Amino acid sequence: MQNIILLALLLVAPLAVRADVRIFACEPEWAALALELGGDRIEVSSATHALQDPHYIQARPSLISKVGRADLIVCSGAQLEIGWLPMLLNKANNPAVMPGSKGFMEASQYVTTLDVATNVDRSQGDVHPQGNPHIQTSPKNILLVAEAMSKRLAELDPANAETYQQKLADFRQRWSVAMTDWEKRASALRGKRVIVHHKSWVYLENWLGLIEVATLEPLPGIPPTAGHLGSLLERFGNNGADFIIRAPYQSDKPSQWLSERTGIPAIVLPSTVGGTDQATDLFKWFDDIIDRLLANGS
Amino acid sequence: MRTPVIGILWLCLMGSMTPALAQTSSELDTLRAELAQMRADYEARIAQLEKRLDEAEKKAGEQQTAAVQAEAQAVNQPDPVQSAPAASSMTGRGDNLMNPAIGVIFQGQAWSYSTDPENYEIPGFPLGGEAGPLPEGLSLGETEIDISANVDDKFTAWLTVPIVVEDGDIAVEVEEAWVETTALPAGLSLRMGRFFSNIGYLNDKHSHSWDFADQPLVYQAFLGSQYVDDGLQLRWLAPTDFYLELGAEVARGDRYPAGGAANSGVGSYTLHLRSGGDVGYSNSWQAGLSYLQADAQERESGSEDEPLLFTGQTDMYMAEFVWKWAPNGNFRQRNFIFQAEYMWRNEDGSYQLPYGNALPYDTDQRGWYLQTVYQPFPRWRIGFRYDLLTSDNPGPLYADTPLMPSASDPSRYSLMTDWSNSEFSRLRLQYTRDQAGLDDDNQWGLQYIYSIGAHGAHTF
Repeated sequence: MQNIILLALLLVAPLAVRADVRIFACEPEWAALALELGGDRIEVSSATHALQDPHYIQARPSLISKVGRADLIVCSGAQLEIGWLPMLLNKANNPAVMPGSKGFMEASQYVTTLDVATNVDRSQGDVHPQGNPHIQTSPKNILLVAEAMSKRLAELDPANAETYQQKLADFRQRWSVAMTDWEKRASALRGKRVIVHHKSWVYLENWLGLIEVATLEPLPGIPPTAGHLGSLLERFGNNGADFIIRAPYQSDKPSQWLSERTGIPAIVLPSTVGGTDQATDLFKWFDDIIDRLLANGS
Repeated sequence: MRTPVIGILWLCLMGSMTPALAQTSSELDTLRAELAQMRADYEARIAQLEKRLDEAEKKAGEQQTAAVQAEAQAVNQPDPVQSAPAASSMTGRGDNLMNPAIGVIFQGQAWSYSTDPENYEIPGFPLGGEAGPLPEGLSLGETEIDISANVDDKFTAWLTVPIVVEDGDIAVEVEEAWVETTALPAGLSLRMGRFFSNIGYLNDKHSHSWDFADQPLVYQAFLGSQYVDDGLQLRWLAPTDFYLELGAEVARGDRYPAGGAANSGVGSYTLHLRSGGDVGYSNSWQAGLSYLQADAQERESGSEDEPLLFTGQTDMYMAEFVWKWAPNGNFRQRNFIFQAEYMWRNEDGSYQLPYGNALPYDTDQRGWYLQTVYQPFPRWRIGFRYDLLTSDNPGPLYADTPLMPSASDPSRYSLMTDWSNSEFSRLRLQYTRDQAGLDDDNQWGLQYIYSIGAHGAHTF
């Protein structure tokens, strides 16, 4: 009996508390941004969390039902989610969020992507022809996506257009102040040489003037090998870099191994909101990135 | 740098292995001069390329900065961001924007048997469709060409054309060819054409995504390996927070376990119900029930030269369950899959035996398999599968015929390990202890699966 009541509640509940716009974000940073821009007008869920590699998740049943009920899908795009999002879309039977519709938004379409490949082949590893999809690591990109997302929200929910506009203006103001502060604090980092686990920090490097000198992965998406790490040790054994950076979802072994032998500090940087205990929202996430770099930088 | 060095080493090696090439010292000198020239050329070219790359990177960086600045300046002016959704990169493919996505899957294998697979049969379960052991020795598997694209804003299309070698003849088949709606309201979608039926967990999975080289015994015995037919499929996704999908299909009924396109070419119906969910971040599951009703008219099974002909009706009920575990959902690092399916079928009608009269047949049969696959670290997986079939006795009329089950229930267990350098390549070793055929059999298999070009996302 209890089960039947529970089932009935599950069926009815979603109809009872319907937000104006229901958003399915592929990554936590877009969910956090949607909350900044939509507040209580929207309801948002994220397909991945900060300890997951967004390249590789499964097209799980729970995600199919979320896509089926979404009004807006916000993803990084540039093929980051190619291994699972097309299947979710195919299974979810929701024309409102199909690519090309108003309810489908790829954040990478609104920024200038880096590493755009003109001639790609899978022998080069898991490369994305439309450019590096990890666009969220530059706050400038976040602002560009915010403008686009706010506009999209107003299109989908014209009744609240004014609210979205106000929230965007407010966010833009706070974000600009924060960006000035981050840039000031991070000026000491300009020109530092970084070794990254995966090529997922190019936008951060571009923003802060860091120089990427190597990756722990021999090719994008191919896990670090002993041989490749050995060659890195040879190249950087004599203080050839300032940081080794990895995301929380990447194995700590390769960066630790290299760090122990070279003395170059290995740092975990949150690649999205929630990636560390400190990165609780968009603002604190970039605070934490700068903090962690500065703590190991001097 | 490496390329010219290797090139020179290779040339030297070839040179040393071909004494005629350098018979006199003057020829040797010429060769040396040429090599030096080539090396210089290569180095110059590489330096040039590196320089261009540097410039391009710098330029891209500048463009990025410029774009950001431009956006920042335009912040208070009308929004520069296009309001119309830009062409999606999910569907866009660079220069070939209007070309369909094309992928090719290469499969090949080597199998060794202790008894002759040509004479393989499971007493009581005459095999139909594509069921049966893989060819002995070295052989090419299915070479599968997948072509897909959106037709327009309301339809998408998919074509799978395997090139197979059957008895030495090369044949091109249309394995799947369907169009599907993408714009129906109310969580509905309609598929039309030839497709793998959505019954069961494994039935609609393409062979390259199987966890073992062959289908479970129950799929081989009850569905001819995989039930594929021409027809319509309607799916409905419930608008609920938990996943619930209902589906129904109607098909021509020309393929095992249907046959002969009965009822003027509307010979089979299916229904399925599927649900699933997550348990925390690391676990997820899916469960489903399916039903298949198929009419058969002179459906062939058993020996190809002297087939048994069944006319009547098959009713089949299937239950599926899958549990997947991956720490924090990072499937690529480490994962564990538990998967099991149970099928029950009743076949009611008559069998025409070679050189005999039609005999009445009304028999219940059951089968199930259970498998686990574990990936302890990236790239490597190990798996175990157990198969079992049971059958009621069809009656004394069937004594000494292929329809009489043996005293012990047909069973099988398989072990496999595979290595995947990337999502696009896989090498597999499989051992199967078969206690389903006429004689117990030890089967060893090696298999490769490679995929080039576009590769669609896989289902859960």
